[in-house]
Amino acid sequence: MSAHSSGYSADPKLRWTEWLPWLAAIAFFFLMPGYLSLGARILIFILFALSLDLILGYAGIITLGHSAFFGLGAYTAGVMSTQLGVNEPFMQLAAAAGMAALLGVATGMVILRTRALTLLMLTLAITAILLEIANKWTSMTGGADGLSGVQVAPILGLFKFDLYGKTAFLYCLAALFIGWLVVRRIIYSPYGAMLTGIRENTTRMHAIGAPVYWRLVLIYTISATMAGIAGALLTQVNQFVGLNVLGLEPSGDILVMLILGGVGRMYGAFVGPVVYLIAQDYLAKQYPEYWYFGIGILLIVVVLFARGGILGIIDVLARNKKAL
Amino acid sequence: MYSLETKKLCKSFGALTVAENIDFRLEPGARHALIGPNGAGKTTFVNMLMGALRPSSGQILLGGEDLTRAPQSQRVKRGLGRTFQVTTLFRSLPVLDNVALGIAERRGVARRMWRSASSHGEIIDESKELLATLGLADEAAIPVSDLAYGKQRLVEIAIALGLKPKVLLLDEPAAGVPSEDSQKILDNLDRLPADIAILIIEHDMDLVFRFARRITVLVQGVVLVEGTPEEIARDKRVHDVYLGEQHAA
Amino acid sequence: MILYVISVGLSVTMGLMGFINLAHGVFAMAGGFILSTAMSQFGAPFPLALVLAIVLVAAVSLVLERLLYSRLYSAGELAQVLFCIGLIFASMAIARLIYGDRAVPVFLPDYLRGQLNVLGRDFPTYRVFLIAFSGVLIFFLWFAVERTRWGAMVRAAVDNRVMAQSVGINTKVLFMATFALGSGLAGMGGALGADILPVQWGYPLEHLVYFLIVVAIGGLGSLRGPFLAALLIGIADTACKYWIPELGAFLVYAAVIGILLWRPMGLFGTRA
Repeated sequence: MSAHSSGYSADPKLRWTEWLPWLAAIAFFFLMPGYLSLGARILIFILFALSLDLILGYAGIITLGHSAFFGLGAYTAGVMSTQLGVNEPFMQLAAAAGMAALLGVATGMVILRTRALTLLMLTLAITAILLEIANKWTSMTGGADGLSGVQVAPILGLFKFDLYGKTAFLYCLAALFIGWLVVRRIIYSPYGAMLTGIRENTTRMHAIGAPVYWRLVLIYTISATMAGIAGALLTQVNQFVGLNVLGLEPSGDILVMLILGGVGRMYGAFVGPVVYLIAQDYLAKQYPEYWYFGIGILLIVVVLFARGGILGIIDVLARNKKAL
Repeated sequence: MYSLETKKLCKSFGALTVAENIDFRLEPGARHALIGPNGAGKTTFVNMLMGALRPSSGQILLGGEDLTRAPQSQRVKRGLGRTFQVTTLFRSLPVLDNVALGIAERRGVARRMWRSASSHGEIIDESKELLATLGLADEAAIPVSDLAYGKQRLVEIAIALGLKPKVLLLDEPAAGVPSEDSQKILDNLDRLPADIAILIIEHDMDLVFRFARRITVLVQGVVLVEGTPEEIARDKRVHDVYLGEQHAA
Repeated sequence: MILYVISVGLSVTMGLMGFINLAHGVFAMAGGFILSTAMSQFGAPFPLALVLAIVLVAAVSLVLERLLYSRLYSAGELAQVLFCIGLIFASMAIARLIYGDRAVPVFLPDYLRGQLNVLGRDFPTYRVFLIAFSGVLIFFLWFAVERTRWGAMVRAAVDNRVMAQSVGINTKVLFMATFALGSGLAGMGGALGADILPVQWGYPLEHLVYFLIVVAIGGLGSLRGPFLAALLIGIADTACKYWIPELGAFLVYAAVIGILLWRPMGLFGTRA
């Protein structure tokens, strides 16, 4: 789980520790049946965080607008049901993925010509625009009230979304598994090595003949698609979409979750949302003001002292233990 | 046909002209040095050749093909490689990866997303061979940032060689390298394949006179004179330029 | 125009220190809170309260700069962005704890209320005051930056920090002073604008996009730029919301994207 999970010197074989998340998820399913909706939420955000890690941790693109894809996916899935009467879950997912991919390509081609502040600004502006549209286009999106009554037909005609959230949890788990497989493949591939190169030294990448721009557009689109699927899952699980899937807040939240877990380490995307969402579920309801305060201070502390997030701290501890 | 040619290459930033009507030719297998006082526009020239900077007017031809408007990636594919004056490497990556990235680009493998990078034996083997020819075989697994500066400069050259360039632009390859290590760099420069056309920018006159068969002197963006090392050494104008620089300093 | 006062400080900070200070809105919010508290709790007259707001905010910003910001100057964009988000969250939470959920009340002094007759039309006195004030401000800032020694040092340091240091300019102190100025300006903007942009705990995030837009379009490190940008945005925003209410802020954002693509460095930017 070290920083060398990419490149020509890295070993792609599955380590035993990589089985842990899945074992933990299955254990959770059997041991905590009352918390499955929280569990599904965590799984969704892990998928979302993975998509962000692809472009933030590996390609080095800093964005505050990733919620645009998440939200677009969420609303697309909802609208498929309420406007088009398409309740088949995989069709909804496909539509969401398609829309998110389109937005990803379109915006990626535009913004990846810029850097730093301008890029950040543009990502913010894009998600702000989508929020505005969702807010105003009441007939389609339900505006500030949100889109309710989203119906999801049984998966494969067999598994109905039950009240306890069992189907939802396993559904999200399967989606996450596939997403994880894809991300893992990309990271260990020559493409992933190339992305790391772009992040490390873009000038050098240009000088070895890499068409940096197009490579970034591609990964941005892939990342957008994944985020869109995550958003769609959220809609399907809740059978509802609200405005809170768009705008600065979810972008900021997912960024915090990823940083908390550790950027660029793939499993940071697993650890972060778990810790954040569980803590939030417990603390934020009781003391909402203190929650934001705590998160704020935590962020500052992490940035100043523990840049690698939780996984980074574990790494340091492991190394020190070996040295002893 | 020339490996590299520029015709009346110009570059201005507003009122400031950094390159004026530069006509330049590089034969296949050339060993050509570009010298001139600081601020003469040498690195600007290289940046224009590479495509990192767009010229205000003029033409750049690589192997007879007009690439004036071509993006950098296309020029590299056509056989143009460079090293940077300030070490520009993938610092936290191992030496092997630094070189492998370039080789993967050349072989068209870099786009692949499915098979793992480390399973591409042909790339890893070629990287190791390349490192061996430069005496870096033992350092393959070490992160570049842990290497001595002299060895880092060698990695710079290795990356460029991995591209199998037809034209190689070396921007002060020995700059800042302590004298023990610069000998290694010089040896490696001597052993570069004879069919590559090489343009070297340097301030170190010993290196220039030992290495170059032709020299171009650039002063304030204009080609002052071009000729063999003997001609340049005897040229009064060149003396004036360098002596004049010493006076002004 | 309030946007301008707040954002010009941001432009200077970002242009000078290369630090993407997303938390700039926090200082504005603090200024607003201080003004309101000073006037309502302590009965201070408007001008005094304003000065108090500026000074206190600047002082606090100095402390923050020394303790926290300065560690991150070379830390890379991501770290800076995250730090600012953390600061925003923390201060928003504190604001909510102290002041609750509603916006703080603002009591304008009598001589600033009512209407003024300018060129045959009636304008709210306060708005006229704001515009005039901004005009004077930009004049002073321009004067300070272009004509004084301090301004010259700032411009030198923006251009090339290492060179400036080797010439003997104490960049550390310079940064401190400039950051305090930028934040003080923000505080002033927040205080002055409390009437128009209500000051409550969500302030820094709500208006973050606008601050950044003004700076990104106006151009980092410039003084005229944000002025023009704020003007443009203010007009565009009001116009769009008046004529095409359904589209509202949508057009503003679209315009922002358009401008940024055409001129990534902003209209008058000295640094990208």
